[in-house]
Amino acid sequence: MNALDQTLALAWRSLVQVRRNPWELGDYSIQPILFLVLFLFVFGGAIAGSPDDYLAFVLPGVIVMNMLFVTVYVGHGLNTDLTRGVFDRFRALPIPRWAPLAGRILADVVKQVLCIGLLLIVGYLLGFRLATSFGHLLVMVLLVLTFAVAFSWVMVLVGVLARDPEHVQLFGFTALFPVTFVSSAFVPVETMPEWLQGFVQANPVSLLTEAARGLMNADGAVAAPALASLAWAAGIAAVFAPLSVWVLNRRLARG
Amino acid sequence: MDNTIEVEGLVRDFAGTRAVDEVSLQVPAGHVLGLLGPNGAGKTTTVRMLATLLSPTAGRARVGGLDVVDQAARVREIIGLTGQYASVDEKLTGRENLILIARLLGMKRAAARARADELLVDFSLREAGHRPVQTYSGGMRRRLDLAASLVGRPRILFLDEPSTGLDPRARRDLWARVRRLQDAGTTVLLTTQYLEEADALADSIVVLDQGRVIAEGTAAELKARVGTRTLFLRLARADQADAAARQVATLTGSEPHVEGETLSAPVAEASLLPAVLRELDAAGIEVAELGLRSASLDDVFLSLTGQTGSGDAPADAAGDSGEDAA
Repeated sequence: MNALDQTLALAWRSLVQVRRNPWELGDYSIQPILFLVLFLFVFGGAIAGSPDDYLAFVLPGVIVMNMLFVTVYVGHGLNTDLTRGVFDRFRALPIPRWAPLAGRILADVVKQVLCIGLLLIVGYLLGFRLATSFGHLLVMVLLVLTFAVAFSWVMVLVGVLARDPEHVQLFGFTALFPVTFVSSAFVPVETMPEWLQGFVQANPVSLLTEAARGLMNADGAVAAPALASLAWAAGIAAVFAPLSVWVLNRRLARG
Repeated sequence: MDNTIEVEGLVRDFAGTRAVDEVSLQVPAGHVLGLLGPNGAGKTTTVRMLATLLSPTAGRARVGGLDVVDQAARVREIIGLTGQYASVDEKLTGRENLILIARLLGMKRAAARARADELLVDFSLREAGHRPVQTYSGGMRRRLDLAASLVGRPRILFLDEPSTGLDPRARRDLWARVRRLQDAGTTVLLTTQYLEEADALADSIVVLDQGRVIAEGTAAELKARVGTRTLFLRLARADQADAAARQVATLTGSEPHVEGETLSAPVAEASLLPAVLRELDAAGIEVAELGLRSASLDDVFLSLTGQTGSGDAPADAAGDSGEDAA
């Protein structure tokens, strides 16, 4: 059995729980559906004039927000493995050292695809219609997934540093909420105070959302925000992947 | 096939503290070695180095003839490890946990399932095998944990405090399983805080204290040094303790440990009891309570180091502090 099979087996392990207990996925699915519906019907009128007009604007934003939230579970799962000794069991097996992490991130990608699919279906039921092509939609999904994999490394770091799984969630969501909301994911940038606009425009959540909007609604630039999001993803991965691995090894060397 | 464990001058430092200090030990093929010591003695750290989870600061260790540092990957192919806590995925079923390990060890899907089912039957978990582990009792988890470390039929098995947190029945069940493994020729290194456990399972015992080996030998040899039982004495008046201690020392041949109005000393013969009572009575020392109890780890430490072991067993049962976090 080679390293790829072992990684797949470890990814299977994270996914099989979801299959048996769909409520597990509820963590990632009920919440974004709730957000989508709430935003649409509560804020839609105020922000875009009517819920119908807001849907195309907010759906990409909710997809991006949910992508970030799902990555928290990479850190949560890793921390659970570390604190419960499961990670040690894996390390005492003849498998590559990176396989447990790779398995988690791979499983996370599958969960991300499921969540995006779910949001698109709910969006469709609420009246969303794709203004571009299936190809554009696929590019949007790949872009979001690429960013997800890069951002997972931030959560790996949180997972290694946190005392227990509950703290991963606490810290993860607490940090992600402001980052997501101080962006153009739900509200047009122009409506915000000027001093905030600079930050919002540089926020990768804004950039990714704008690229996704362009790819789904054909109403804005795609290349510029997409490239900027990819640059962010590359930067995040370049900093956090080595840092996370270094901190993880330090934690393991502590005993 | 070399199933021995050879450890020579193993050292491990953690931020200036020496957790394992020049530990040397030998386990012949097919033997069970008991690593006995209180919390913080360096037992877990030693096992983690032998299981390739932690690199030694100095010294050498060969497991199955393979160096744990230079040939770590090959060591992992022949060992099994069961930690202090059940290191299985709570969200998976027992069967899924075992299948996962089997798959990671390179078994094909069908073979992995067959091996998992075989172990579930073997460990009386057939019914529970399809339930998530989070619904298991402590004893069931420990059985699954042990089963998980046996998936690859390891030639050498490390058991780190395997019976911590188990009730007496589950503990005896675990002991029977370890004996069966021993009969099948598996080399076992187990750590424990309980002399009774080392006595029940180990062919030989190494006693660790503050990272050092302070005694080694068979259970019988150690007991001969420690005394099989402990005389326990509580006086009516604390001011008579010194006088009583002198009497007990003369009779048992070893200096008793005195704490307030209580005394304890290792004794070889139960028949000493009436004599102690007689002599103390003759000396006018009032005895409130007198008894014999089996030698505990504390007694071993008392007689080997002159100090009580730093860990009292009940407080350690939670198991999550101290050594296993180190």
